[in-house]
Amino acid sequence: MTTPATAAPARGLSRPSGAAWFQEYGVYAAVAALLVFNAVFTEHFLTVDNMRTQLIQVAPVVIVALGMALVIGTEGVDLSVGSAMALAAALLPLYLGYGLVPALVVALLAGAVVGAINGALVSVVGLQPIVATLALFVGGRGIALVMADGQLKQISNQDLLSLGTGSFLGVPLVVLIAAALALAVAFLVHRTTFGRQIVAIGGNRSAAALAGLPVKRVLTGVYILCGVLAALAGILATARLTASDPSSLGNLMELSAITAVVVGGTPLSGGSIRVLGTVVGALLMQLLRATLVKHDLPDSTAQIAQAAIIVVAVYVARERRSR
Amino acid sequence: MKLTTPLLSAGTATPPPPSPEGAPVTEPAGTEVSGRERLASLVQRQGVLAVLLLVVLISSFVYPSFATLDNTRGVTVQASFLAIVALGMTMVIITGGIDLSVGSVFALGGVLAAWASQWGVLPALLVPLVVCGAIGALNGLLIARAGMAPFIVTLASLLGARGLLLAITDEGSTTYLVPKDSAFAELGQGSVWGFGYPILIALALFGAGGLVLQRTSFGQTLFAVGGSSDAATLMGLPVARAKLTVYLLSGLLAGFAGAINAARLSSGVTIIGAGMELDAIAAVVIGGTLLVGGAGSVSGTLWGVLLLAVIQNLINQIGSLNSSYQSVVSGGFLIVVVVTQRYLSRSRRST
Amino acid sequence: MAPPEAAASAATGTEPSAAPTVLEARGVGKRFPGVVALDDVSFAVRAGETHALVGENGAGKSTLIKVLTGVHRPDGGELLLSGRPVQFARPFEAQQAGISTIYQEVNLVPLMSVARNIFLGREPRTRLGLIDFARMHGEAASLLDGFGVSVDPRRPLHTLGIGTQQMVALARAVSVKAQVVIMDEPTSSLEPREVETLFRVIGDLRRQNIAVVYVSHRMDELYRVCDRVTVLRDGKHIHTGDIADLERVQLVSLMLGREVAEVRRHGVTSFGAEGHDIERKPVLTATGLTRKHQLDQVSLDLHPGEVLGLGGLLGSGRSETAKALAGALPLDAGEIGVDGARIGRPSSARAIRAGISLLPEDRKAEGIVPGLSVRENIVLAALPQLSRGGVVSRGRQDRVVDIFMKRLRIKASSPEQKVGELSGGNQQKVLLARWLCLKPKVLLLDEPTRGIDVGAKAEVQSLIDELAQEGLAVLLISSDIEELIEGSDRIVVLRGGATAGELTGDQVSESALLAALADDSPVHGGHVADPAPDTGAAEPDPHVPAQAGDGKEDPR
Repeated sequence: MTTPATAAPARGLSRPSGAAWFQEYGVYAAVAALLVFNAVFTEHFLTVDNMRTQLIQVAPVVIVALGMALVIGTEGVDLSVGSAMALAAALLPLYLGYGLVPALVVALLAGAVVGAINGALVSVVGLQPIVATLALFVGGRGIALVMADGQLKQISNQDLLSLGTGSFLGVPLVVLIAAALALAVAFLVHRTTFGRQIVAIGGNRSAAALAGLPVKRVLTGVYILCGVLAALAGILATARLTASDPSSLGNLMELSAITAVVVGGTPLSGGSIRVLGTVVGALLMQLLRATLVKHDLPDSTAQIAQAAIIVVAVYVARERRSR
Repeated sequence: MKLTTPLLSAGTATPPPPSPEGAPVTEPAGTEVSGRERLASLVQRQGVLAVLLLVVLISSFVYPSFATLDNTRGVTVQASFLAIVALGMTMVIITGGIDLSVGSVFALGGVLAAWASQWGVLPALLVPLVVCGAIGALNGLLIARAGMAPFIVTLASLLGARGLLLAITDEGSTTYLVPKDSAFAELGQGSVWGFGYPILIALALFGAGGLVLQRTSFGQTLFAVGGSSDAATLMGLPVARAKLTVYLLSGLLAGFAGAINAARLSSGVTIIGAGMELDAIAAVVIGGTLLVGGAGSVSGTLWGVLLLAVIQNLINQIGSLNSSYQSVVSGGFLIVVVVTQRYLSRSRRST
Repeated sequence: MAPPEAAASAATGTEPSAAPTVLEARGVGKRFPGVVALDDVSFAVRAGETHALVGENGAGKSTLIKVLTGVHRPDGGELLLSGRPVQFARPFEAQQAGISTIYQEVNLVPLMSVARNIFLGREPRTRLGLIDFARMHGEAASLLDGFGVSVDPRRPLHTLGIGTQQMVALARAVSVKAQVVIMDEPTSSLEPREVETLFRVIGDLRRQNIAVVYVSHRMDELYRVCDRVTVLRDGKHIHTGDIADLERVQLVSLMLGREVAEVRRHGVTSFGAEGHDIERKPVLTATGLTRKHQLDQVSLDLHPGEVLGLGGLLGSGRSETAKALAGALPLDAGEIGVDGARIGRPSSARAIRAGISLLPEDRKAEGIVPGLSVRENIVLAALPQLSRGGVVSRGRQDRVVDIFMKRLRIKASSPEQKVGELSGGNQQKVLLARWLCLKPKVLLLDEPTRGIDVGAKAEVQSLIDELAQEGLAVLLISSDIEELIEGSDRIVVLRGGATAGELTGDQVSESALLAALADDSPVHGGHVADPAPDTGAAEPDPHVPAQAGDGKEDPR
């Protein structure tokens, strides 16, 4: 059967459309523009102190968003990250009596368990990711509150507190940790078998399955990683807060993380993970909020702006996908 | 809801006779419907009602203060707002979508109603309906016409609606009050035989919702869109219009529920509604509506809402438990229900 | 249940040739990115006739149907309904105009009841404007009764067998006061008994002067129910005429584009002339592969150094067989062994480990990962072998990729170019490389040259030859009859999901293959008893296909 040749190169290859450029570099351009704007119009913005504050504030979001980026790369989503943070926060004071390390291990394990449940529901039971992670979104924080007895607990363990306040060579530890994790996740995505399999499964699941990839195992692993990263963010945020506050810690974190990932240019349809884009995406939202605050624009404006940015980012990504 | 007169002598609502041997050439698949299949559909439709009755029955014996008229009134009024929101969510989910913005829209509706109530009852209802309807329509447009994912679109409008709310309340610092003894306040606080108007409103809306869903072409189209969007398109059904309409309805209902709630509380409380979308989704799913769309009922949603309300009430009754147990139980219910649904539908797909 | 003759006698009910044209497509064209799906195609159906529309994959049948039913809008040409030009923006408008369709895949809503499915969008109303369920159920029941289906119209559709679902779809299509009913492979999921019912319904439609467009690959059905036939090939109109004037072999050769008399052995394809050195001991043995509605006791052996062709028309179970061998299609029964070792509970991963690789038919949906680079697509399946401690070794990858890009002459700006941006031929070579770098023992190729340009096609063909010479066992599926004949050492012919025959040695010829595909010669037990000469096509025999043409008997 000789069907007419389809040798024509795919459209859009030689013609980098505005939308494509925007999705590729928009987030970097936006951050640069914001910085320039603030350098000119905002006093005391481009100072070391302010940058330090901004970076410390954005670090937990970055860490959660890294895990979220992996999940979104498989065409999934994880709504339960906030609950995983709360769980980790609730567990810390309960186990600090045994020392810092056991407490950290338990808190991270809780994140892994949350991720494993999500992963099993997605890969083995075959639920849609939104549905699968919704259950722990609802229930996870409840469990955390039950364990903490609904109370805010002050943390006095100096080792843990130094995680939140300490710095190394003048750079806050939390920022260092977030940066190291970003590098690690970038390495994972680009240089490991696991990472490439994540991207392949997100890009074309049936092709990946036909190529003999362990689809279920990889999916479960991704959700576990996301849970562990969220738990770590919960630990660091608790350390900064000097208190374990499971009722409010990580509220709306899933939103911030998804926003960072999407704004960073990772498509919701999977098949591509942009680690640097995710980091910069989180930074963009942070700087935007800071800029608005510095100019005495209220929180409401920031939220509306955030909503608009999400819609535009997804709309642009959609344009590109449907070429 | 399916109690129409039997027209065929063959298997009706009662289990059909298992032996096809003597029968003439009947539908061969009639024998393929396994007991499991029938059980599955029964659990799907009536499971939540059974659980609700069981919980109510047991707790009536255990907690004397539970089965009192006062407590019943309290629980049902509390539940009626979530019920109205969940009604819209039911329709959205039946089309295979999701609306995460209802919690914010609910709060926004309340604030707008309280603010507008100074000019009378009509503005107090119209302003929230117009604004919240517009948000719903925007959701619908982006989803149905631009083809964006419902989850991300409504997530954005969750933020946007909350931002709008903060903007009109001076960042949440202003709380508008509903004039005392106004007709609007009466709408939320008045009662018939001790049962508040909100309950009656919710029941009326559910009646209308059930009618629309089961007895109109529009309702049938919603099921078709959720059951198989491609098939619905090929059958020539107005798929995009149906999607747009459900998000519009969801926004309207959430805003309306917020308005009534403001009337009841006499003020536009700014800090409510967070997480309400998830309660609504949980109620809908527990009520047997498939999250993937294509099947569900408003009556199930009503039972789901009541079940959640009763659980919350019980946890309050027990006293020694703090309210966080409620979300643990809801989350647990949710997992059980969706996993069961999944396995039930899997057994279907294999036929 | 009506006897089979009912449909035949119905054929004499009206005289179709005298009837006016109901629906006509004039010079219709439709192109998709990179493909001309329809090229100046004209097609006309007369009232009361049953018009067969045939052609192989990619011939343009589905596109034509979608144009007729308002799913696609044609780029050129016009549609006429009863002589008046019409334009359909949506399927809804075509339905309003009296064109209804039943699709191969049942296009109804599984979770909704039978009656609701039949009346979706045009439910009977009470005076209050609400749906009148009593009337709806009554009408649905009597409608279905007319189709010999007695089923409670309140039952959810998904609780019915596929065949009954198809009958419900038929009921919906017929009950809308249609002038034309288009049936796209309506029998592919029907039991023989249901096929008879369908034919009876077609007879009824004919008596009501309703036109039927009938798409099928089953020769026996075409000859039984159709009056005229239109053949499409490569998006072009090839032939229209009374089906009785065409012998089966002629029809098949029109579909495939091969002249029956003109059998050339060499030259067009790039396969070598000589056969291969084939080892005696098979590397792959498959016995009794069975899957409901798809495969029925398919067995085959594959030897090292051999190219085994898998022949059969569309829907004969070719692709399913390949997928089953690669562990990608769950089986109801059957065993697969490689080098004498049985593969327990087949899965893709197990099959790959055993040395079986499948180049899937649908390159885009099941093959490439479009967003990844050429390099990553090539090494995808081999990642674990090319990694150390879970970290991919870029050096090893580059070596492998370099070797295969050179050997297969993959044209890409660099190994880092995204595969989605390559031409079809180069995408196919990338997929071949993905499998070859696993050093498989068995290579299953499902339509390896479909939709790729002439140059790449020749390269892929000579590569297949080369691989077999190196001792690889190759299974070749192709709708290109020339490719199949010249590429294969041996051909197993499938029909209706079952093994229908085997051509060996000199039997591997176009005439024998055409005959086997058209089911003209009685083929039994794996050998063509007597390869029919070019002209030796027998008259259409209604008895043979009634038994052999349909392998759908429930295995239970």
